[in-house]
Amino acid sequence: MTDSVLAQALVYLAVAVIFVPIAKRLGLGAVLGYLAGGVVIGPWVLGFVGGEGQHVMHFAEFGVVMMLFLVGLELRPALLWQLRQPIFGLGGLQVVVTAAVVAGGALAVGVAWKAAIAIGLTFAMSSTAIVLSSLSERGLLKTSGGQASFSVLLFQDISVIPILAVFPLLGATVATELTDVTSEAGRPAWLSGLFVLGAVVAVVGLGRYLVRPVFQFLAAAKLREAFTAAALLIVVGIALLMQTVGLSPALGTFLAGVVLADSEYRHELETDIEPFKGLLLGLFFISVGAQIDFGLIGHDPLKIAAIVAASMLGKLSVLYGLGRLFKLDRPARWLLAFSLAQVGEFAFVLLSLGAQRGIFAPDVKSALDAAVAISMVLSPPAFIVLERFVLPRVTERTEERAQDEIDEPGGTIVIAGYGRFGQMVGRMLRANRIPMTILDLDPEIVDIVGRLGIKVYYGDASRTELLHAAGCEHARAFVLAVDDAAVATRIAENVRHHFPNLAIIARCRDRPHYWELRRLGIKHVFRETFGSAYEAGIASLQALGYRANTAHRLARRWRQHEERMLEELGELWGTGDGYFSRVRSGLDEAERLMRDEDPTVFTDRDASWDNESLRADRRPEAAAADDVAS
Amino acid sequence: MRRVLVLFAHPVLERSRVNRRLVEAARDLEGVTLRDMYEEYPTLDIDVRREQEMLLRHDVVVFQHPFYWYSVPAILKEWQDLVLEHGWAYGAGGTHLRGKVTFNVVSTGGPASAYRESGYNRFTVRELLAPWDQTAHLCGMRFLAPFVVHASLAVIGEDDVAPARVKYRRLLEALRDDRIDLDRAAAAENLVDSLDHVLAPREVA
Ligand SMILES: Cc1cc2nc3c(=O)[nH]c(=O)nc-3n(C[C@H](O)[C@H](O)[C@H](O)COP(=O)(O)O)c2cc1C
Repeated sequence: MTDSVLAQALVYLAVAVIFVPIAKRLGLGAVLGYLAGGVVIGPWVLGFVGGEGQHVMHFAEFGVVMMLFLVGLELRPALLWQLRQPIFGLGGLQVVVTAAVVAGGALAVGVAWKAAIAIGLTFAMSSTAIVLSSLSERGLLKTSGGQASFSVLLFQDISVIPILAVFPLLGATVATELTDVTSEAGRPAWLSGLFVLGAVVAVVGLGRYLVRPVFQFLAAAKLREAFTAAALLIVVGIALLMQTVGLSPALGTFLAGVVLADSEYRHELETDIEPFKGLLLGLFFISVGAQIDFGLIGHDPLKIAAIVAASMLGKLSVLYGLGRLFKLDRPARWLLAFSLAQVGEFAFVLLSLGAQRGIFAPDVKSALDAAVAISMVLSPPAFIVLERFVLPRVTERTEERAQDEIDEPGGTIVIAGYGRFGQMVGRMLRANRIPMTILDLDPEIVDIVGRLGIKVYYGDASRTELLHAAGCEHARAFVLAVDDAAVATRIAENVRHHFPNLAIIARCRDRPHYWELRRLGIKHVFRETFGSAYEAGIASLQALGYRANTAHRLARRWRQHEERMLEELGELWGTGDGYFSRVRSGLDEAERLMRDEDPTVFTDRDASWDNESLRADRRPEAAAADDVAS
Repeated sequence: MRRVLVLFAHPVLERSRVNRRLVEAARDLEGVTLRDMYEEYPTLDIDVRREQEMLLRHDVVVFQHPFYWYSVPAILKEWQDLVLEHGWAYGAGGTHLRGKVTFNVVSTGGPASAYRESGYNRFTVRELLAPWDQTAHLCGMRFLAPFVVHASLAVIGEDDVAPARVKYRRLLEALRDDRIDLDRAAAAENLVDSLDHVLAPREVA
């Protein structure tokens, strides 16, 4: 029905635009929205998309690859190292135990042992796409349960390599295909091993030594699209490389992400890849929904339901048990169990491979395909059950209380522009150990300051995505310190619009710029030369022989007047004569004010600390009383 | 020889008549260190370590200031709050000020007659300085009677302050040279009035 690429794009985009916001509004999450949309446009409801679903899915799987790249970017090598125990311990046990349990179940219902093992391994996988999207959508990725889930997913991705190698062994025609087993491309095993090693070394090496100079070069050329293209090039290139040597592309890009997590271009990469990832993942979920074979399900609903229920419950129990074994607290255990209970997208690949190799019959494959898809569709609702009914019960009250009440000073701060001004602010904050995200658009500054051991990210702070990537949602304040007035205003508008609650501390160039920023509703605007000129004024007064305390008081008083005038003149700016006559009268005012304050000039105003008025006021009665008393 | 530290505080010395002249007694006096606190710290941002070092290097600590609201100008209060740290000036391990001598040199607007029970200020200056007395006590310091110049609002010319300035200088020199009867000085009401008694050699009983 829909043959042209544009028409197809129209259908998929429409799903994204219609279903996702509705699902989100209903509190069901974006993933479920995509899945439901997929079901609706699929062959069993509207029939907008049909047989090509499989095709689209292959393409869309690239979204998973990008997602893992982004996950890698968030994960510095040191952090990854910290996770080694959950990855290999928890993840390893999860794959082995789940595979054993599922295989046992399959054996029990009369499946042959080779097929049972294949099914067990297939069902041990969970859906990286659904789980990571749902976790980050709910802000659970950084919790201990989220970290555990992530570790398990990562191990599953690693285990794909040996599982792919084992599958042919389970095939009906093992003996004749033995040569093929060693590797898909017909290489001997040791050579494949070398290739894999080489590819990993290449990824790490490229990330470490090539990406930086290339990005520096692109940054100097100031070409937006070139940057985006380069970011995509990295991801696509690595994915291809990995595929060639027989590694999971997702794993490869994840590795690349980790390598680049320490780079100053991290945020820029994030902003460039993020929209592609979002769309492709959406596409992926839609095609999962569209692929569900309702005909088959209708044919034998009980059987499918039994497979889904048994496999999900089995996985859930194994995960919960492992969570206990690894001493996760109760909420984390439940999160781990609920989030990974579905069977993942990789099962589709393994199932077709299994059918091809004759490990099980095509009709078994179709039934399992349907079960996998349903389990995936069930996972967003599972998250909802977890959040609404399970977590509230197992989370200890006191913990939440304590966290609520602590309102420490601190939190993160974003500094846009790390030149002479931003650096000064940054140094002060750094001395107070305040975590900062620093953004600058000058590759030279990024480089030089980076060499001092301070993390500066290359990026254009006027781009909304970069603001997101820099963590403006969670930041407590935003220091706007770029030197170009026009750019500063643009950034300020953007931040005000997208993060209305984020406090902005802004540097401005001159008075008109000051008023411009004030009109955007920014409270803290600082003229860039005011502070030092103010100090210089005080030093000048002292050089003329004024006492330090007096010079400071005069300066403070003058500053109050100056600031009042600045606000007042802002109203008059652009009125021509009105403005200039106020400027002149303001000068006179300041002069009068200073004369009142100057202790070397006697006036009858401001009598605190003033002996003269006391002398004048020595009332006769008081004096008389003294005389009487003495 | 005792080393004398004068911590002098006047926020508007330009308008001073008494303290401006009085403080000259402490200037250029061997063995006496004069610190003009408002000049050192116009933003009241006191350098605690430096101030503590100053205290360690002296045996007598004099606070010279006009009487403001029966107390000291703000900077001396700030100095007290920050410099007299627990564990340094008092409390466990706070022994650094033990045995030092301290007192206030005060100029008041009110006449001497006002500073008594029947006067309109109801208390003597010494009584009003009770917090300084007790602070010194807590830090293990010897608190002497204040050196009070009264009725400073009536001061017109240089000559009016000259006698007080001469006495002030004699007092500082005597403190420096250890020619002072500390018991008498501690028991007095106003060192201006009791100077001769305090400086006189003690009669042998
Ligand atoms: C803010 C302020 C508070 C004062 N409080 C008192 C006071 O409580 N008792 C008093 O006798 N004189 C008081 N005076 C008068 C001052 O003590 C007097 O002006 C000062 O000692 C004069 O010394 P000078 O010429 O060095 O400034 C006060 C003066 C000012 C400016």
